[in-house]
Parts: sequence; C-alpha cells; structure tokens
Amino acid sequence: MEWFDTFFTGLWTGLGRVSLDTIVQGVLTGGLYALYAAGLSLIFGVMGLVNLAHGDLIVLAAYAIVAMVTAWGLPVWVALLIAMPFLFAFGFGLQRVVLNRTLRSGLLVPLLVTFGIAIIIQNGLLEVFSADSQRLRFGAIETQSIDLGIATVGVFRLLTLGVAVAVILALSFLFYGTRQGRMLRATSDSAEYVQLMGVNPRIVFAIAMGISFLVIGIAAMFMGVTNFFPTSGPANLLTAFEAVVIGGLGSLWGTLVGGIIIGIAQNIGAAIDPGWQQLGGHIVFLVIVLLRPRGLFSK
Amino acid sequence: MALLETRNLTVHYGDFQALFGVDMRLEEGETVAVIGANGAGKSSFMKALAGLNKARSDAILLEGRPVGGTPAYRMVKLGIALVPEGRRLFPSLSVEENLLIGANGAAVDRGWNLDAIYSIFPILKERRRQRATTMSGGQQQMVAIGRALMSNPRVLLCDEISLGLAPTIIKDVYAAIKQIRGRGTTVLLVEQDLNAALGAADRVYCFMEGRVTLEGRPGELTREAIHDAYFGV
Repeated sequence: MEWFDTFFTGLWTGLGRVSLDTIVQGVLTGGLYALYAAGLSLIFGVMGLVNLAHGDLIVLAAYAIVAMVTAWGLPVWVALLIAMPFLFAFGFGLQRVVLNRTLRSGLLVPLLVTFGIAIIIQNGLLEVFSADSQRLRFGAIETQSIDLGIATVGVFRLLTLGVAVAVILALSFLFYGTRQGRMLRATSDSAEYVQLMGVNPRIVFAIAMGISFLVIGIAAMFMGVTNFFPTSGPANLLTAFEAVVIGGLGSLWGTLVGGIIIGIAQNIGAAIDPGWQQLGGHIVFLVIVLLRPRGLFSK
Repeated sequence: MALLETRNLTVHYGDFQALFGVDMRLEEGETVAVIGANGAGKSSFMKALAGLNKARSDAILLEGRPVGGTPAYRMVKLGIALVPEGRRLFPSLSVEENLLIGANGAAVDRGWNLDAIYSIFPILKERRRQRATTMSGGQQQMVAIGRALMSNPRVLLCDEISLGLAPTIIKDVYAAIKQIRGRGTTVLLVEQDLNAALGAADRVYCFMEGRVTLEGRPGELTREAIHDAYFGV
C-alpha cells in the first residue's frame, strides 16, 4: 500500500498550500468561465437547445478579432465593438436559417447539427490560420496587479470577473425588466401558445441566439489573453457545460456561481498538484451532480 | 356577410382526420356555443380558427377574406383571440405580465386595457404581482380570458372555460362573458357544460366525430334533439 501512503501524504501536503489567495484567484478564473457559460445558459433556457458548437464559436470569434487587429491595427476593444453587430447578425441568421429547422425534429437533430458546425469551425480555422497558437494583446493592463489586502490580483482578471457580473446583470435586466424579456420568458414557457400573443417564436429564438453571440464575442475577447488554437473550443464547451449544470439549467446567476465554483476547484486542484487543475473542476462537478442533479439554482 | 365563417373546414393530425367539412357562421355581436362530447373535434376546430392548426386558405373567412392557414401570431392581429383549453398561462410570468403580453397581439384599440380587465376581474388587480400559475383555477381562467382580451379582439374564442371549475366559479366566469359581450365583442364558446352553453349562447352548434350534427337557437332545440346530436343515438 505504498502508493496509498504516497497519495495521501501528497494530498495533505498539497492541501496545506491552499490559501485565501488560491480561493481569490479561483473566483477570478470563475469570471471567465461564467462568460463562457452565460451564452450557453441563455440558449438552453429560452429554447432548450444544447449548442455543442458554443466553445468553437467563442474560438471563431477570437480568431475574427485577431484578424481585424492584424489587418487594421485596431485595439482589441475596438475590434470587438466593430464585430458586435456582425456577431448578432450571424447568430440571428444561423438560428433563423439552420437551427430553427432542427428544433422541430426532436433532441438528437440539434445536437448533431451543432456538433457538425463545431467540426466545420475547427477545420475551417485550421485551414485559414494553421494550428499555430494565437493570442490577443491588451498592452500594459495584462501585467498590472493590485493589492486587495487578502491577495494580489491581476487587473485584467479582475476586469474579466467584473465584466462577467455586468453581462449577467444586463441579461437579468433584459429578461426581467423589459418587454422583450417578457417575450423571451413566455416563449421559453411555451413556444406554441406564445403565438396566441402575436409573437413569432422563430424570431424570438433568433434574437436570443443573436444575444448569445454578443456574449460569445465578449467571452472570446477575454479568452484571447491566453494562447488559443483552432481546437480550443471543446475544452471551453466542457467548462461552460459544467458551470451551467452546477448553477442549474437556465439560471443566469447560477451560471456565475457555477463558473466560480469550477474556478475555485481548479485552483485548489492546482495547489495540490499542477496536474490536478482540470481534475479539481471535474471532481467538484461530479460531486454536485450526484448531490443535486438539477444544479444549485435550477428553475 | 358573416364576421367569421368556415366552409368545408378539415383538420388533419398526420394520418388522423379530426374535422370533416365543418360549416359555421358567426355574425358580429353574436355569442355562439359549440357543444359536443370528448373527441368530437371542438378544440381542433378552435385551434384551426386561431391559426394553431393548419387549414385551407378558403376554409376560414374573416369578413369574406380567406384567412385559413394564417399563422397564429398573425391571426391574433387580425382580431381573433383564443382562450385555450387548460388556460396555458405562462408560469414564469406574473399575473400582470401575463396580461401585458396579451397586448402584444393588439393591432387596433377597442378599449381593452389593464384597467378594463381589472374592472371585470378586480381580484386580478390585487394579485397582479403573483405568479399566475400559483392562483386558483378560477382566477387562472380569469387571467387567461383577460390575456386574450388584451389583444383587443373582434372575436373571442373560449375553449372549455368551465373545465375543472366549481359551479359558483363557472357562474362568475359566465357573468364576465356576458359583460364582455355587452362591450361588443363577438364570442365563440366551446363547452361541455350544456346548461352553461345554452344559457350564454344565441346559437348552438353540436359536433360529433368531427362533423356538425345540429345547429339552432337554444330555445328552438329540444332536449331529445340535442341528446341525439351529442351522442348519435
């Protein structure tokens, strides 16, 4: 039982390295995961569609920003702002022309179609941009940090969390404070009977996908500060999925909490052993799914 | 010219045919009831009128204009609103939000707004912030009727509005229908409760197995004729 002793000695030693700083850094990492997950959660909440291309769409948006920055020498923020209307239009069009048709055909067809889109995006990016890594450059802000007393944190990571909270706040306001949000919620309740209210659910779904693509653009920008590849999408999708499921399907604030829980778990995993970073997130995900299969804040 | 008319209306669900050539006329200001046993095709008929079931273009005429097959989200803007069977309120929305979303279907102002709905159903004003589906069955029915009225319809289609309600509540709901009719709205009711239907309607159609088996004014129809048309014996 030598391996057993080695394992537990390593575990205890590693846990000893977990500090408040580990938790704080985990919360900040969670901000990025919440951004990955928010668009996925929105689409699942409104139309019950599991978008398997979500992670790859984030990567595609990041490459689009890279292309604009390279071609026109724009700052990343400006490139994102220019891309926003096109992202909305792309999401709207994709839903209107392709995905709406799949929703009539049961659960399997949308899964297969979005899986196909994911493969097309990965291979298309490999063809156009090669397998080399890319990243977005934000200048000095990438390396700046501030001392919060309990921990020193990177300004860019803090900004990422702040934007994640702002995105969730904005989506919550849209859903619960506007006429359009009322339509989104009613369409989510019944796409058939909302028609009796003069609402075309296909248009509502397309608008929801357009909004999801705006969030995808924001997530892409913050993901881009670290290296990414044409094949980075599935890992993003997995993290986003875990955050959505932990938070409770369709719950926006739950998605933020889910992202933060994964971020903390990954950082604790990494503190124990660098090879345990991803594992830490997956273990917590499995434990929560076992204890609360519908997530922490399911509707 | 009839306000709403069906000519040889048929409805299919895949291979199954639910309606076989239904002819019906609804004049402006009238209240008409459709009665019949379970499975007679009443709800299929109402859903076709509201645009939820497919129909041939010339099978449904609104003031002589063919409107059959128009999607439900356009039909309501033409002035045909449905209170669906089972109410189908939106659980995520409060009472007031359920009413307000009904206004989305309004193309013309015929005087139906939140104040008008609350004057007919005062309890809804008290409970306006409550989730609609947490209320009693009768109150939910009031929300469903109010929601349809918010689209300012010319024709209000009510599908089984007394289903599952206590007799005193049914009385209240039909008193409201009388008020709605008094404001000039044309009403088409589907009803299994014969007494409620005969008491409220100017004319009655009886359906059996997807066909009209009887039509007439309540005072002119004998119990035996209705019984025969209803059960086919």
